[in-house]
Amino acid sequence: MRELAVNSSETNVEKKSVKHYLSKFGALIGLIILCTVLTILSDKFLTINNIMNIARQSSINALLALGMLLPILTAGIDLSVGSILAISIMLMGIVSVNMGMHPILGILVCLLVGCFFGWLNGILLTKLKLPHPFISTLGTMNIARGLALIVTAAAPIAGFPYLIQFLGREFVGPIPVSFLLVIVMYIIFHIFLTRTKTGRYIYAIGGNKEAAHLSGINVDRVLVIVYTISGFMASLAGLVMVGRVNSAFPLAGLSYELDAIAAVIIGGASFFGGVGTVWGTLIGALIIAVLRNGLNLLNVSADFQMAVIGFVIIAAVYVDVIRQRKSKKD
Amino acid sequence: MASAEGSLLVMKGIKKSFSNNHVLKGIDFEVKPGEVHVLLGENGAGKSTLIKILTGAYQKDEGEIYWEGQPVQISSPLDAMQLGIATIYQELNVIPELKVYENIFLGREIKGNGKFSFINHKQMKESAKQFLQMLGQDPAIAEQPLGYLGIGQQQLVEIAKALTLDAKLIIMDEPTASLSQSEVEQLYKTVEQLKEKGIAIIFISHRLEEIKRIGDRITILRDGFKIDTLPVKTTSTDHWIELMVGRTLEEKYPKQTFTLGEEGFRVEDLKVSGFKEPVSFSIRRGEIVGISGLVGAGRTELARAIFGADKKEKGKIYVDGKLVDIKSPRDAISAGIAFITEDRKSEGLLLDQPLYMNIVLANMDNFRKKSKLIDLKKIKQGAMDYVKELKIRPGNIELNARKLSGGNQQKVVIAKWLCTKAKVFIFDEPTRGIDVGAKVEVYRLMNQLVENGAIVLMISSDLPEILGMCDRVLVMSEGKITADFPINEASQEKIMKAATGGSN
Repeated sequence: MRELAVNSSETNVEKKSVKHYLSKFGALIGLIILCTVLTILSDKFLTINNIMNIARQSSINALLALGMLLPILTAGIDLSVGSILAISIMLMGIVSVNMGMHPILGILVCLLVGCFFGWLNGILLTKLKLPHPFISTLGTMNIARGLALIVTAAAPIAGFPYLIQFLGREFVGPIPVSFLLVIVMYIIFHIFLTRTKTGRYIYAIGGNKEAAHLSGINVDRVLVIVYTISGFMASLAGLVMVGRVNSAFPLAGLSYELDAIAAVIIGGASFFGGVGTVWGTLIGALIIAVLRNGLNLLNVSADFQMAVIGFVIIAAVYVDVIRQRKSKKD
Repeated sequence: MASAEGSLLVMKGIKKSFSNNHVLKGIDFEVKPGEVHVLLGENGAGKSTLIKILTGAYQKDEGEIYWEGQPVQISSPLDAMQLGIATIYQELNVIPELKVYENIFLGREIKGNGKFSFINHKQMKESAKQFLQMLGQDPAIAEQPLGYLGIGQQQLVEIAKALTLDAKLIIMDEPTASLSQSEVEQLYKTVEQLKEKGIAIIFISHRLEEIKRIGDRITILRDGFKIDTLPVKTTSTDHWIELMVGRTLEEKYPKQTFTLGEEGFRVEDLKVSGFKEPVSFSIRRGEIVGISGLVGAGRTELARAIFGADKKEKGKIYVDGKLVDIKSPRDAISAGIAFITEDRKSEGLLLDQPLYMNIVLANMDNFRKKSKLIDLKKIKQGAMDYVKELKIRPGNIELNARKLSGGNQQKVVIAKWLCTKAKVFIFDEPTRGIDVGAKVEVYRLMNQLVENGAIVLMISSDLPEILGMCDRVLVMSEGKITADFPINEASQEKIMKAATGGSN
């Protein structure tokens, strides 16, 4: 290993310049600047209470974004996560509240429904050979939302048992359990993406699908796994949401897929696949949450918040575009 | 040579660097009207940078450019176009969905005089037809979607476009690399026609026979310097190579002969949809077998079917005498077959991932710990071994594959398959677009593989390469094998005859 390190530094002509780190940690630096500015503008920002608030507020989007990262890494997209979230929690409500069955069964139903719709996305893409996951997931997005409305005739379900609410409601000391879940999931995904065969295959497929296929990778199988995981993460986010608001309603998670996509992209993943990390995605999700929180503290209306986040998406991707253009020229 | 009389283009003392990398170190280059001027150099010698300065894609740091005796500034592709410089790129800049005439006039559509006039399709069609006819093409193709045409015809459309632009200088960057033999012939004819019209051509190619055939003068670049400009007809290709690589290359084809062993690979009655009849052949240890034929003869289809990348209608494949069932590339890899594809960028490499991932991609199982997690340390060590063994440069395994030259990228693809411990190597156009030095390295590697008991099957359109490296050559034509020569009985003429459908 030692010899290896010497070797690679010998042949590595490029020096790791300030610019290099700037581009590598661009999103993180953005987050730090954002936090610094908000600390100056509002004395309520940098308090334990508020930080924990951000952690809690960010967790649903952070979980969705983590799932979304996988399809995006394969040069795909999953538009259905918000709807999958809704159908998962509605069915969980029917099982555990309306039917009064054991909460664990409810949780299982929730997660399995998420996996099922994710798997369906994968099957539509790989077996029906729909030309792009935009289409298959647009379809399931509508199907799942429709079903979520149908199952209770659009009525919300409230009064979930404690066990189901635990993830979204409880704290360990000052730290919300939901954020601990986020951290654990991000670590698991980091290991999955960097240290398992399937994880590396996901990057390979996004980088060059044909080369991956000709290298013996079962591309279809990996894609089904990717969308199944994305669906699973949507239902997990739903579980957290139910804990937060103690109810399930058919329009839950409406257009959440867009914030999830935004977090992944702000976090530096490429829309063309093959490039992106879980930590970038986490930072992307935090940037969105901090922005929302900060603008709230500064009494900026929700309408303005939306516009600001739009600007941030464009700015973040533009920085990335410039960086890539530079690295291609050098 | 300073602003020589009657020159169309004179470039003097052109320098260009990217950050600290001096790519052009003071190049003088001159083109006369109506000549075919070849640019030759290894990858990285500075050819494409020089061309990009000429076409306005890059800005020179120092030096002067004269066009028809006048000093000019070329600051954008538009400037170059207005001077009359057109480029036919290796990857064609065309829109397959648009019709041929629409492609020809793309961005310069003929309209009426008013600001809001509609496009005059009729006039565009007629004009396009004229130019296509001039190039010996059926004018009717003007109204077909461009994507329906073969690559060769698409290139001719690009040339027609250059003619509508009134180009005086056409740059052709490896125009024959993806053409079939007959398309190549058509292109040579076109080049002759263009010369007669007084149009100059800068021709970039690695194929020395082709340069000999159509070039008038040749300028050789090495490491950002111009080494020499020579008349093509009176100098030898060996001399060019010496100038290009800066040393004497012992041989272009370092063929080694080994004693023939038992049969190691056999294909029996393999049929792919579109094949006229099933294909059978076998390869013994110690021999390199080539597959020659025109583009579209079914060679790549055959290889893809063997490898499980495409479905086969029927057929049996034996490795080491054992029947193997191949339904997917994964099956082929576990049977010990490797497939070095024709197009390394679109089918072989993960361009934006580090070399080590590229090298272990097809055999990740070998680099896992007991926990099933991949062992990054072992991967990097393994990759480093191959980088050293194959002399891949730069030898930094953390570098993304995109950063390497064509020859080194090809070596990375080969490393990937060495890493699977394959026993049968199918090479599809292994040396296309790589320079002479790297070619020899690829050939040496084939020798090494055969010496170590591997089976090597090489698909190639480069006849001298087939004759120089193979022990036996199979010729394919229209989806069947039309000839099987031991190499000492083969010749370019015989192969071409079998390839064009003449029976053996």
